[in-house]
Amino acid sequence: MLRVTKKPETSSGRRFLISILAVVAALLATSVIIFILGYNPLDIYWKMLEGATATPYRLKETINKAIPLVILSLGVGIAFRMKFWNIGAEGQYYMGAFAASFLALNYFNWPAYILLPAMFIAALVAGGIWCCIPAVLKARFGTNETLVTLMMNYIAISWITYLQHGPWKDPGQFGFPKIANFEKNAILPNLFGVHIGWVIALVLVVLVYILLRYTKLGYEISVLGESVTTARYAGINVTKVMLLAVFLSGGLCGATGMIQASAIESSLSYQMSGGLGFTAIITAWLARLNPFTIIIVSFLFSILLQGGTYLQGALQIPASIAGILQGSILFCILGSEFFTQYKVSWYKAKPKNKTENKAESQGGEA
Amino acid sequence: MAYIELKNICKRFGDVQANDSMNLFINKGEIHALLGENGSGKSTLVNMLSGIYSPDSGQIFVNGEEVVFASPEEAIKRGIGMVHQHFKLAEVLTAKENIITGVKGSPFINHKKLTEQIYNIGKKYGLIINPDKKVYNMSVSEKQTVEILKVLYRGADVLILDEPTAVLTPQEIKNFFEILRNMKNEGCAIIIITHKLNEVMEISDKVTVLRKGKTINTVITKESNFQELTEMMVGRPISLAIERTQIPETDKKPLLEIKNLTVAGTDKLNALDKVSFALTTGEILGVAGIAGSGQKELCESIAGLCHAISGNILFKGEDIVGLNPRTIIRKGISMSFIPEDRLGMGLVGAMDIVDNMLLKSYQNKKGIFIDRKEGKDIAESIIEKFDINTPSVYHQVKKLSGGNIQKVLLGREINLQPQLLITAYPVRGLDIGASYNIYDALNEEKQKGVGILFIGEDLDVLLELSDRIMVLSHGKVMGIMNAADTNKEEIGMLMLGQDIAKGVAVC
Repeated sequence: MLRVTKKPETSSGRRFLISILAVVAALLATSVIIFILGYNPLDIYWKMLEGATATPYRLKETINKAIPLVILSLGVGIAFRMKFWNIGAEGQYYMGAFAASFLALNYFNWPAYILLPAMFIAALVAGGIWCCIPAVLKARFGTNETLVTLMMNYIAISWITYLQHGPWKDPGQFGFPKIANFEKNAILPNLFGVHIGWVIALVLVVLVYILLRYTKLGYEISVLGESVTTARYAGINVTKVMLLAVFLSGGLCGATGMIQASAIESSLSYQMSGGLGFTAIITAWLARLNPFTIIIVSFLFSILLQGGTYLQGALQIPASIAGILQGSILFCILGSEFFTQYKVSWYKAKPKNKTENKAESQGGEA
Repeated sequence: MAYIELKNICKRFGDVQANDSMNLFINKGEIHALLGENGSGKSTLVNMLSGIYSPDSGQIFVNGEEVVFASPEEAIKRGIGMVHQHFKLAEVLTAKENIITGVKGSPFINHKKLTEQIYNIGKKYGLIINPDKKVYNMSVSEKQTVEILKVLYRGADVLILDEPTAVLTPQEIKNFFEILRNMKNEGCAIIIITHKLNEVMEISDKVTVLRKGKTINTVITKESNFQELTEMMVGRPISLAIERTQIPETDKKPLLEIKNLTVAGTDKLNALDKVSFALTTGEILGVAGIAGSGQKELCESIAGLCHAISGNILFKGEDIVGLNPRTIIRKGISMSFIPEDRLGMGLVGAMDIVDNMLLKSYQNKKGIFIDRKEGKDIAESIIEKFDINTPSVYHQVKKLSGGNIQKVLLGREINLQPQLLITAYPVRGLDIGASYNIYDALNEEKQKGVGILFIGEDLDVLLELSDRIMVLSHGKVMGIMNAADTNKEEIGMLMLGQDIAKGVAVC
């Protein structure tokens, strides 16, 4: 029979091993589906990897997907650490992109070295404020931030849709609903072949790590995440810390919107995120909110995303296979948590020789 | 042959040998106490009997037959049920629903029959409960009753109770012991884990003393005494008297004065109603009262966590009502409130000891960065001073044992060098050795001139440690007496809210 017992502690090495096994399990499970669809699973996995990394162009595309994912994960991660469930990265991203686009479309005569930083800051502030609205509602009226942040995504997306079909529609597109392209000085430059967002992402990783690990605010965020009563007892101004952290969380998501609008789209569109704001919730969680691990997890997820795109584009195999794989990985990793907390082992059902034991026990008593 | 036999049980967790070839024999119709300090292996041993852990080696016999339990479910099938120290109840469900949760059977609930069943079990042992009451509306003792009923409903006749009295008031304990005696008379075997000696003497038939993972001895309670049991438990002779250090009256200066403090409660009654008292430097003012008489609100209003409707709190002549907690901490007022769940307020369980040391002091440093070096120094010094048992200063607080957690909390508060120390239930759930360490530490602070507001449970300790004792009942001060001039009976009466015709000021 199987026996399940609680484990006192799991070493980090073992945790890592368990995570790897979970990924292997996910690959195996997805293999079955790929097989049923009539393809060779090994072949498909290899093609995905090829499609994501084999040529410099494909690798660049993968990195282009990893950059926003890293920053969005950092953003939601800050809020998650405080146990403020910010599911609104998507909306904050669009509001950031909106603020940046407003500057790009109206002040395109500013020089790039002023316009780009201004766009970045505007995006950060817009995303931050968008995220503070649910926080204020929570602090004032005790509303549930999970619901409010989620709902505000749809408001933000609808707002961009409205702009695209209405006031911001480019007359030069002959009736096609598209917002005008940015001028050149509103577009982020490249460095080593990839837009400079990768530098921004890496700098932000370090900054967020320092913030969480070495600053008073980071410390306060952790205390607040553990227990609000303890935070109040220690004299922490709970509302202030919460708003500040939530502002940073939404701000980073907003800044991602600016980077994508400027470097990738060169415009604003209501479809530009491709659901990255939701994927970031997964990556942040899989990375256990550790900024450096976020880089690795985001990159691996980008390989999946880019590999899926390649399957569809080059081989006419549905990209949903990558989606299935993503889902299975999340499923298996979350499921594997069980093995970090419990030990499963086989055990003998009953002692073989009852009478003998009985005799022994009586002998012991005598 | 005993009904339950544990033989040569060994269990190891990592580097710790929690149980080292332990033996335990329990008969039916017997109340058997397991006595031991924190970390002596009591919980581990009973967890193996109840199927939560499995022993590395050794055998368990029930009624002469060797058993192997893979889960608590299998243990309960053999009639062994455990009531945990921390209740495992679904708050939003009723008593009845909690009791049947997890019991296999028909998918439909026959409410009438169920109520009757629960009523019958309850009547048999004197466990009175309203089966339709929601758990979140229950008092601690009611929740405990539900836990016990839960186990009995599943047909257990061997009950393991893990520190059942830690959360009960003296009156509730009395009732509870009555129930245990009823169960014993009905033929149940009861294993009770505790480290309160007076309870062991009062309720148990036999005592097995555990120390450092070994069973030291099993004795018949009547044939033993306090001193002998303590020595077996601690491993050396220990003095059971608390010294009351005397501070010359001339050295005492006014420190805290509370005037007509009123704090709103959750219902129509005020949690504190016109409370007035004064505390000087170098004095321990004990506060006695039934749980929920306003102790928590008193602590919290001084610490600035709870807002007063009216009245004044004068700290060295300055009114601190309405100031925020941070300002009050900076003035030198320190509160260590040990709640029922220990980690609820005051410590951050998931953080290590170093980070917990910084919880209040980090704000006094300049700059945006946090200085962990300082925290490490404090952590090392309190670990040494209070003899805290931890693998390292970077160990997560929630992974420490209860006694060590409390020492970490009190150690930090004392390290802040407060002028006023508020401490509520500092020895809750602690063993004898650890409790005496804490009393000594409080006396040491008193000698330094710190004013201490000591909110306690054990009246014997309050009487020995405090200079004066204030009794609270329903948020009112029933009396303030010199500890040397009063006794348990008088305090007990006042705790119940009964005025006594005596020349004490009843505010």
